[in-house]
Amino acid sequence: MSSKEWPLWEVFIRSKQGLSHKHVGSLRAADATMAIDNARDVYTRRSEGISIWVVESKMVSASDPKDSDAFFEPSEDKIYRHPTFYDVPDGISHM
Amino acid sequence: MTVKEALYTYVVRIADDSLILGQRLAEWCGHGPILEEDIALTNISLDLIGQATNLFQYAVTLEDNGRTEDQLAFLRVDREYSNLLLVEQPNKDFGYTIARQFYFDAFRKLFFEALTNSEDTQLAAIAEKSLKETKYHLKHSSEWIIRLGDGTEESHQRIQEAVNFHWRFTHELFFQNEVDKTLIELGIGLDLATLFDDWKNYVSNVLQQATLELPSHSFKLEGGRTGMHSEHLGYLLAEMQYMQRAFPNLTW
Repeated sequence: MSSKEWPLWEVFIRSKQGLSHKHVGSLRAADATMAIDNARDVYTRRSEGISIWVVESKMVSASDPKDSDAFFEPSEDKIYRHPTFYDVPDGISHM
Repeated sequence: MTVKEALYTYVVRIADDSLILGQRLAEWCGHGPILEEDIALTNISLDLIGQATNLFQYAVTLEDNGRTEDQLAFLRVDREYSNLLLVEQPNKDFGYTIARQFYFDAFRKLFFEALTNSEDTQLAAIAEKSLKETKYHLKHSSEWIIRLGDGTEESHQRIQEAVNFHWRFTHELFFQNEVDKTLIELGIGLDLATLFDDWKNYVSNVLQQATLELPSHSFKLEGGRTGMHSEHLGYLLAEMQYMQRAFPNLTW
């Protein structure tokens, strides 16, 4: 990795109606303050959000794609883990 | 001069500052040092042009002679513009652009803050809206002054030069004449002299954080407010006015 490049930051935005910050992209900036300012300029131009998180990309740990099979396939045939066998009473809108 | 004439002149001054600086920043479009700064500078440009739009719209209602805000903005000759000399200075490089912006933003933040108390409700409303944008502009330019100043040897030397160069134009930020006097008495305009100490303190503070020296030379240039511009405005207007003059009454 070239030492002349600014560090890479992952940008997360929470929208006005949203409850969680969603990943919207990445950018390079010299430090956290500049990363937030840049994210404001690049990722909230069209009122996409009201809160910004930036995390240096190197701080993000991700699952290894090579492990995808072992990690994710076993849950596909275990329907008993899903809460789909209850009768939801009328009048309950969010379940 | 009547109150209406004074108010009109006052509004056009603020509008011209925003318009000309907006034009300068628009020149960065596609040329930013990095993508994020290209967008930041052009966002600031759009904010300023938006302010100019609101102000010119107000000005033509005061003038009330059928001239539209586009005609007012784009079809005057250089001696009819009343913008500060500061805002027509060339971009040159990122450091020069930031230094120019920094001095201006620091003034504008105090100015709009005070103007929200104007007896003229329209002016106060425009000031309130513009203040939010200005706070961000000031943060942006201040953060960059600090990083360029307290950066590498090269960035430090270059931003110091830029800060020194633009110092001579900061005196005009506080320019006042009979237009201001008329409006101050009515509570419409404000006494810019009351902003000087806060402006100087803020600027000194940020420069100090940036390990930069506050310029000390006493060159004090003015003339923009009364239509006597530097050699740069003509070229800027030639570009800015080209479309309006080549295609009169064009709509977008």
